[in-house]
Amino acid sequence: MRTAESDLKDIKELMERSSRFISLSGLSGVFAGVYALIGAGIAHFHFMPETSEYGRPDYTGSLDKLQDIVLIAGSVLVLSLATAIFFTTRNAKKKKQKIWDKRSQQMLWNLAIPLLAGGLFLLILLKQGTLYLIAPAMLIFYGLALINGSKYTFNDIRYLGYCQIALGLLATWFYGHSLLFWSVGFGILHIVYGAAMYWKYER
Amino acid sequence: MKNPIEGLHKEFENRIKLGIMSVLMVNDSMDFLDLKEILGVTDGNLASHINALEKKEMISVTKQFVGKKPNTSYSATTKGRTAFSEHLTALENLIKKT
Repeated sequence: MRTAESDLKDIKELMERSSRFISLSGLSGVFAGVYALIGAGIAHFHFMPETSEYGRPDYTGSLDKLQDIVLIAGSVLVLSLATAIFFTTRNAKKKKQKIWDKRSQQMLWNLAIPLLAGGLFLLILLKQGTLYLIAPAMLIFYGLALINGSKYTFNDIRYLGYCQIALGLLATWFYGHSLLFWSVGFGILHIVYGAAMYWKYER
Repeated sequence: MKNPIEGLHKEFENRIKLGIMSVLMVNDSMDFLDLKEILGVTDGNLASHINALEKKEMISVTKQFVGKKPNTSYSATTKGRTAFSEHLTALENLIKKT
């Protein structure tokens, strides 16, 4: 039987489903986090021999190793995206939502604006050799992208965005430890958030 | 206190009309196919409810060409938005009362 409760529930559900992409899978976050940690681990040991006089790895100087780092970061990104597409497609089928429609396009476009700006910013930093700002910039632009995209998918990712921006600012302040902040942001937070989202929406 | 039933609008009593309005409240506009898919209803059914809502001036219809294809999209009017908000408040009041 129809009641005021069931009507309100239907209304809310329709509003969500018609305006947001709700098939984004939490598992893709978990995997992205694992890839990021592995990537950060490899990068860390790659830099280790060049420990600076303060007894911590020197992330600032080694331009010759730059290519390797770009390669690692690129692999993490590609793997993460591929995994995200896989799990999200699976999830969309389960939720009977289309993977490519107005909602997913809106979400992707709104994520993409800060990410594209960030990507260009990173390329300029690379070109100018301002390497110590790369990890902080990744965190900050990624955080902005999440906040911008949160209007078109689960609102929860907005809070992940706030955390990434805070970490990015900390990483700028303590730039000698920026890889550590990067690992927390892209690794640990992704795993924690992905698991929470999976728990909340996909079980 | 006001009678909670007062804010309920007869226009939205039907399930599909309620659905159409819900979707148009959060989307600036939406075309026929998209609406049909989200609500999971047949062409004829959707069309008749859309016509009824349009007649009551709850929604407005925009016809335009996308390339060579005609495309009809729908949006909620200001009147429709106000009425639907009242309807929502009334539903919420009903729950609070019981």
